[in-house]
Amino acid sequence: MTNQTQLPLLEVQELRKWFQMSKGLLQRQAVFVKAVDDVSIHVQAGETLGIVGESGSGKTTLGRCISRLYQPTSGQITMRVNGEVLDVSALSGKELSAFRKRAQMIFQDPYSSLNPRMTVLETVGEPLLVNHLAKGKELEERVTEIVVQVGLRVEHLRRYPHSFSGGQRQRIGIARAMVVNPQLVVADEPVSALDVSIQAQILNLLQDLQERYDLTYLFISHAMNVVRYVSDRIAVMYAGKLVELGPTQELLSNPKHPYSEALLASVPKPSQRKRGMRLVSPGEPPDLTNLPTGCVFVPRCKYAVDQCTEQFPELRKIGTNAYVSCHLAESLALQGI
Amino acid sequence: MAASENSVLVEVQDLKTYFFLHEGTVKAVDGVSFSIYEGRSLGVIGESGCGKSVTAQSMMRIVPSPPGREVDGKIEMYLWENGGGFAEVVDVLQLKPSGAKIRSIRGKQIGMIFQEPMTALSPLHTVGNQIAEAVLIHEQDASKHQARERAIDMLGRVGIPQPHRLVDAYPHQLSGGMRQRALIAMALICGPSLLIADEPTTALDVTIEAQILELIKELQTSLGMALMYISHDLAVVGEMSDEIMVMYLGHVMEHASTDDIFDNPLHPYTLALWRSVPSIEGKLERLIPISGSLPSPFASQPGCRFFSRCDRRMPGVCDATPPSLKEVAPGHKVRCLLYE
Amino acid sequence: MSVYNDASVSVDSDVAEQIPAAEQDKPSVEERYYYASQRQLIWWRFTRHKAAVVSSVLLIILYLCALFADFVSPYAMHTRFEGQQGAPPTVIRFIRPDGGFQPHVFAMQREMNPATFRWTFTEDTSQVHPIRFFVRGEEYKFLGLFRTSIRLFGVEDAPIFLFGTDRLSRDLFTRTLAGARISLSIGLVGVLLSFVLGVGLGGVSGYFGGLIDDAIQRLIDFLLAIPGLPLWMTLAAALPRDWPTLRMYFAITVILSVLGWCGLARVVRGKILQLREEDYTLAAQGAGASDWRIITRHLLPGFTSHLIVSITFSIPAMILSETALSFIGLGMQPPAVSWGTLLQDAQNLTAVAHEPWLLIPAIFVITTVILFNFVGDGLRDAADPYAR
Repeated sequence: MTNQTQLPLLEVQELRKWFQMSKGLLQRQAVFVKAVDDVSIHVQAGETLGIVGESGSGKTTLGRCISRLYQPTSGQITMRVNGEVLDVSALSGKELSAFRKRAQMIFQDPYSSLNPRMTVLETVGEPLLVNHLAKGKELEERVTEIVVQVGLRVEHLRRYPHSFSGGQRQRIGIARAMVVNPQLVVADEPVSALDVSIQAQILNLLQDLQERYDLTYLFISHAMNVVRYVSDRIAVMYAGKLVELGPTQELLSNPKHPYSEALLASVPKPSQRKRGMRLVSPGEPPDLTNLPTGCVFVPRCKYAVDQCTEQFPELRKIGTNAYVSCHLAESLALQGI
Repeated sequence: MAASENSVLVEVQDLKTYFFLHEGTVKAVDGVSFSIYEGRSLGVIGESGCGKSVTAQSMMRIVPSPPGREVDGKIEMYLWENGGGFAEVVDVLQLKPSGAKIRSIRGKQIGMIFQEPMTALSPLHTVGNQIAEAVLIHEQDASKHQARERAIDMLGRVGIPQPHRLVDAYPHQLSGGMRQRALIAMALICGPSLLIADEPTTALDVTIEAQILELIKELQTSLGMALMYISHDLAVVGEMSDEIMVMYLGHVMEHASTDDIFDNPLHPYTLALWRSVPSIEGKLERLIPISGSLPSPFASQPGCRFFSRCDRRMPGVCDATPPSLKEVAPGHKVRCLLYE
Repeated sequence: MSVYNDASVSVDSDVAEQIPAAEQDKPSVEERYYYASQRQLIWWRFTRHKAAVVSSVLLIILYLCALFADFVSPYAMHTRFEGQQGAPPTVIRFIRPDGGFQPHVFAMQREMNPATFRWTFTEDTSQVHPIRFFVRGEEYKFLGLFRTSIRLFGVEDAPIFLFGTDRLSRDLFTRTLAGARISLSIGLVGVLLSFVLGVGLGGVSGYFGGLIDDAIQRLIDFLLAIPGLPLWMTLAAALPRDWPTLRMYFAITVILSVLGWCGLARVVRGKILQLREEDYTLAAQGAGASDWRIITRHLLPGFTSHLIVSITFSIPAMILSETALSFIGLGMQPPAVSWGTLLQDAQNLTAVAHEPWLLIPAIFVITTVILFNFVGDGLRDAADPYAR
């Protein structure tokens, strides 16, 4: 486990990303989709932080804000680079391109994430080229090196994406992220579009690369079993809010937030097949344009009391290094796995 | 398998469904045989391209044609009259794909739900009208009013809140989970004896998936239907089925009771699948991936189709002789030369 | 991830596993497919579309004929042949009266039919006039470069009119080829102009969005709401009659392009909006690529194939529009020769009844339009090589 006293590589403070959209057919009015609302997390160098949540929980938006594909609405993202603190959220122009070398992204869909009109060499070499890190022969050498490391062959370099399977395409996407030697990699559901038998290849590859290059991962996924396999710590998001954050094993066996409990109960488990009904959380996630004033999980929470509807539960520390956003965290005995 | 006590509903024998494409012939389903028994559930596991969906489509005769065609085999369907008494055996493959007979089987005898409910529901009609439509098609003596009442009742049973109000909703007004519930209501409105579920929860969120799975299980028990559950997710299939069929490139590799498949898998492919999926419980071990990737669907292999990726392959044997599906223990069938 | 330290398998050993045995000796056909670029895939799919391939070959021949019209045609387009007004197409014969093989024609004699008062033509079979190739004829400037008098074919001492002659006794074959120059090229030049306007405005509209997008979209809506033919007629009628041919030609092109770019701009905008959402565009942004690189490297190549298709379909529309305008006398004016001006001769029923060969330019118009549509069909099917 990473040393907690060490200064974190990445710190996110009160991050907000609101998207404006208009609503209503007759009277158009501007409303805000609060995709990410007031999220604070820190990531230690060399660790893997898993971010789980369902669609609309804001996990992808958070990842894209951190890798600066989106400009956050408010809040601060800082990254420690060579002992200096870099304010990522305020970067622009040259400094932003410099930051691109430190943080890279792996996408979910291996089909849409590769330009069908560019060869492997062109795709993987693009980050080097546009950042003026290498060109010509040097670029080709570096690309060859990384492409072989992700499990492709040298003769693949001049092929186009259409000749590769989903798993191989994902390897190309990983090579593109790794070619600039980033410190932080945001992997957004990197295996969920792949076949079961291919997922393990990619997960193992990501782990091997992490060991070799001392990478820090932000691993976004909806699949609890995958997150459990790769993460040191897990952050659970719900309706744009961070509801719980803690070390993997602790969070799984001893969840502190009712939503985490519901999420864990929902995961199909082979050992459960003979048992009868499982605990199912009723209802559906709330409308992000019209969130309840109190805790966002109240409508689906079976433990909710009056306080929960009235007052928003701030994220607070519980235990040594766990955080939870629930008024009742201490008094509930929730079931894990 | 205790299945023999129940009567047979569908018997598929040596089904072959091929796709004739410009680039070559894809043997999507290549000699698949199995039976579905009344009230019991059969799970089908497989990766993309293994033929699990095409098998289901062949049973409903909805394989896109051209390029697809059922070239060989039998799908015998036992149609029971209401209230028991043996009625007739129909070979679905002999029916015209758009004929009256198969249309009376679809929806009435077999209900089907899909991965993406939005494509199965028409955006132009209310959910209630679409469900009532199914009643009016299959039951001539039902009045419009009765059909609507039945639709409302069914919507309530599948857990849609305020069915009286939402019966008049259009599909786009419902969330993904609610749409899937509406689709289930539509599939079940005529009381089919078999429900085919083709990855019905893949597009849904984890907590919603759990709701739908529980709903299907509950409805299966209360309505006494048989269930054919198709998915790539091992844990989900394990939870839903009495017996499981593992498919790979158009072949059934292993077919056994759910317990046997999980506790005593025999085929190297099944074993490899188990080792390559991260578990949510138990000890964390490094995954052992299945090497390589799926071979080209156009390639024809003389021997076992899993040969190129198998960790227990016997060169010179497995790539020369095609294995057959053999019953190696009571109710446990494997297609592998290790057991021949 | 210290948990897995014990089980560390080196990355490189994984590589060996990655190569399935079956993949190692691939046939060369598949290899070719792997290394094929998008352009090659499109080409392969296009060649499968037989009608499109045949059509494009015919179109190329047609354009070559237009380009080398002076060489291919036996006469100059304004040459008059005394006493040959309204002559029907000359019949080509292959067997000489004395039995030998030689392509030849007979001279035509014009006579007044005393009963109907109409001119009739009879063949003078007394003398054989052989057809010769690469003969010396009237002098012309080859592609505007050098003077020469070599022509593809010709007949000595007697005229040859493959398509007959017009009222002013000029060779219709020569004039049809000369007209093809204007009619065929006006489609290309007009589309080029539409293309520049369409891609420029559509691209700006799609990439920047917001107010600019709104303004351009409303402009397109407005232009498309104007009925085409009346607008062209109004504009064409405003052109001074005494303009030289070349200036007239460009004026007409501009008029036709005024509406032509709208459809293209919509295609471009839609495609840009769609491609902007692709993850690879986002990935390029994440790699630090500039706006310029994203547009030129990731967005534009993504829809060039669709652009070509849409252009192929708009060329025949341009050709038809020019023909229509010239036919009603508002486009090109004689003495300029285009298929539309040639068809002006066929405007009355008597002419068509007695000299049906005057309609031959119309056959060319129709054929060209059909050929372009076939090619467009083939390109459209081939444009997306990933769609099955």
